[in-house]
Amino acid sequence: MSATSIGTSEFPKQGQEEVNYLNYDHTLRSWLTTGDHKRIAILYLISTTFIFFLGSLAAGMIRFELTSPAGVVLESETYNKVFSSHGVIMVFFFLVLALPATLGNFLLPLMIGARDLAFPRLNLGSWYLYMVGAALMLSGLIFGGIDTGWTFYTPYSSMYSNTQVSLVIIGIFFSGFSSITTGINFIVTTHKMRAPGMTWFRLPLFVWALYATSVIVILGTPVIAITLLLVVFERLFHLPIFSPELGGDPVLFQHLFWFYSHPAVYIMILPAFGIESELIANFARKRIFGYHFVAFSTIAIAGLGFLVWGHHMFVSSQSMYEGLVFSLISFLVAVPSAIKIFNWTATLYKGNIRLQSPMIYALGFIGLFTVGGLTGLFLGSVGTDVHLTATYFVVAHFHYVMVGGTMMAFLGGLHYWWPKMTGRMFNDGIAKWNAVLVFVGFNLTFFPQFIVGWLGMPRRYHYYYFAPEFQPYNIMSSLGASALALGFLLPAFYLTASLFNGPKAGSNPWGAHGLEWETSSPPPVTNFLETPIVTDEVYDFDPVSEYEQLRAAQDLLDEGGNPGGSY
Amino acid sequence: MAGAHAEPLAHGHDHGHDEALHHQFEDIGQQNESYLVGMWTFLVTEVMFFGALFFTYTLYRLNYQYDFWVAHEHLDWKLGAFNTTVLLFSSFTMVMAVQSAQLKKRSHVMRYLEITVACAFIFLGVKYVEYSSKFADHLYPGISFSTDPKVFGEHGFVNGVPMVNMNHAQLFYGLYFGMTGLHAVHIIVGIGVLTALWRLWKNHAKSVTVDYVPTELVGLYWHFVDLVWIFLFPLMYLMPTPH
Repeated sequence: MSATSIGTSEFPKQGQEEVNYLNYDHTLRSWLTTGDHKRIAILYLISTTFIFFLGSLAAGMIRFELTSPAGVVLESETYNKVFSSHGVIMVFFFLVLALPATLGNFLLPLMIGARDLAFPRLNLGSWYLYMVGAALMLSGLIFGGIDTGWTFYTPYSSMYSNTQVSLVIIGIFFSGFSSITTGINFIVTTHKMRAPGMTWFRLPLFVWALYATSVIVILGTPVIAITLLLVVFERLFHLPIFSPELGGDPVLFQHLFWFYSHPAVYIMILPAFGIESELIANFARKRIFGYHFVAFSTIAIAGLGFLVWGHHMFVSSQSMYEGLVFSLISFLVAVPSAIKIFNWTATLYKGNIRLQSPMIYALGFIGLFTVGGLTGLFLGSVGTDVHLTATYFVVAHFHYVMVGGTMMAFLGGLHYWWPKMTGRMFNDGIAKWNAVLVFVGFNLTFFPQFIVGWLGMPRRYHYYYFAPEFQPYNIMSSLGASALALGFLLPAFYLTASLFNGPKAGSNPWGAHGLEWETSSPPPVTNFLETPIVTDEVYDFDPVSEYEQLRAAQDLLDEGGNPGGSY
Repeated sequence: MAGAHAEPLAHGHDHGHDEALHHQFEDIGQQNESYLVGMWTFLVTEVMFFGALFFTYTLYRLNYQYDFWVAHEHLDWKLGAFNTTVLLFSSFTMVMAVQSAQLKKRSHVMRYLEITVACAFIFLGVKYVEYSSKFADHLYPGISFSTDPKVFGEHGFVNGVPMVNMNHAQLFYGLYFGMTGLHAVHIIVGIGVLTALWRLWKNHAKSVTVDYVPTELVGLYWHFVDLVWIFLFPLMYLMPTPH
């Protein structure tokens, strides 16, 4: 780590706290060669935000097209490319890594009291892999786009599509390896870099979530990498792996694809669960109810997540019995998910709740994720799924989980840790109203899609002239999308503005509990001036225990334990 | 494994260790354990990577047992066995390189790494010969794939009757080239890594000479590549005659 190594003599001393990871060096070179997890997190934040707005642009075009039953501007071919771009960008280049690689990267070492991740150069390498992957993917979209959807089902993707499938897949391959390297880094860091006293059950729940996410990443991502690579092999080198005309099995592709892509849903949502636990505990000022249950439910979701992929294939030549087994296991995932929801709700009970902007997002998350999770049960049971497959009901369901869940938690977490990352406080008044705007805009966008999907509107169609009665729902949805777009744009402005005119945030502006709040904001280059020693439990807000500690100290005094002993 | 050597190393705060220690770690023991956990985690991803391929192979072989058996008759098991021996031997020399690193015998490490790399090149050379004979007989999948069952000799064409579905044979060769090809890519990466390690030893780089763990990491990777071939060889070359 020659580029970033800091000798002990260079540690910022007391009274020089103004030297931090942001201002110790201002050159672009120092950013592009950094090994500092905090700077890499910022690099990721900038690049994933850019990617997110590109994906949103595609979403906007979809919503505009669907305001009229006959379509508005896009032709069928173009529409296919637009929704494929939206899916590929949002799934493979935003959702699976935005939370771990930005907030996770920034916070994991801070939360466990480490100076950095275990492998800083690998961390930087993963950002470059991501950038190369994104560049390849975007060049594929520019030089022709893809029309396969983000799912790349064979044999269409491997034999028939005349679009830039290979280029985009190779881009995804790179971004997949970016995820894998981040996952390896997080696993090693969690195992080996914890500060003295930071036991597994003193880990903040965000760390548990990142750990479980990393386990899914390292087990699942290689499978999608090889599966998509086989599609490229078939396209470029004529290796007939999934070719039905030679006896290959195109449904095998779906099995391998969903073996990753269903767990990938948990890659996207588990970090959001972790953030949610942090927000709920810290803004209810109460230890999370049933910490161990929440921690283990995270692991349970990661494990069960690998056994349910078949529920994406109820209508893809699966036998009835396979379908039933997959349906049963899918229902089991609802148990640990519900444990989380109940425990967050129970944490709120008699909590000292502070309705600041991150908490508004957190509360919104509970509602939206509950709707998203419960509608998942409709899709997990074979009977209803046969009716609902490939309708807007599915689209609404996974957007409730991915946007209502992951994006709400991401925004909440970004607001919560923004003062830590930048040292500046944003305008909490605007931020609160923005959280409400996102919540309302989101529901307006996607709730009508449940109804229109239930009525039978198929996904991925660029018109619905056969059923003009769907138009009011689609208009509502498009209106909501406009509000949602505003809700995503505003933070970009007021958070950026806070960098210039925001008041300085102290080391702990929310009065939160956790190692990351014990160092200055922004943190020094090595995170902590000296290695912290952890002596208290996680989320140690409990007023009862604080009272008891006081009582115990008083008792000690009363028993003559006072070393002074003069009274 | 990591715990066994962590204790004595953790206390070895000599000058060399400080130079080889990266700033994020407290001591060399923590650094070594992190390296090893990282490498094993990486190997888990590799197992999943090849696992999907082996799964695909298993499925298709179950579906088309006889065709796969006839198709595999064109592979030369003697060349495959020779390559297996070469790789096993290279794993042995890799172990000796790690052992020499533990004993800090620099010249021995370099010698053993040289032999290991030489074995890797021999392996690739044999692979080239094998691939060439497949290309020569039009057994590379695609529009030019052979339509003549006689290419598989006596088993492909019995009493004037074709015994093999050439489509399924093409599927077999798709898997053959895909799986052995990706394995060969791993061999090539291994040559690069081994050479880089050799250069570090040659230049007396503290990052490898102070402690043997970096050498062991390369060894772990090399053994994994070897192990993949141990599975590929019987699956591709040594099919039993179907009844």
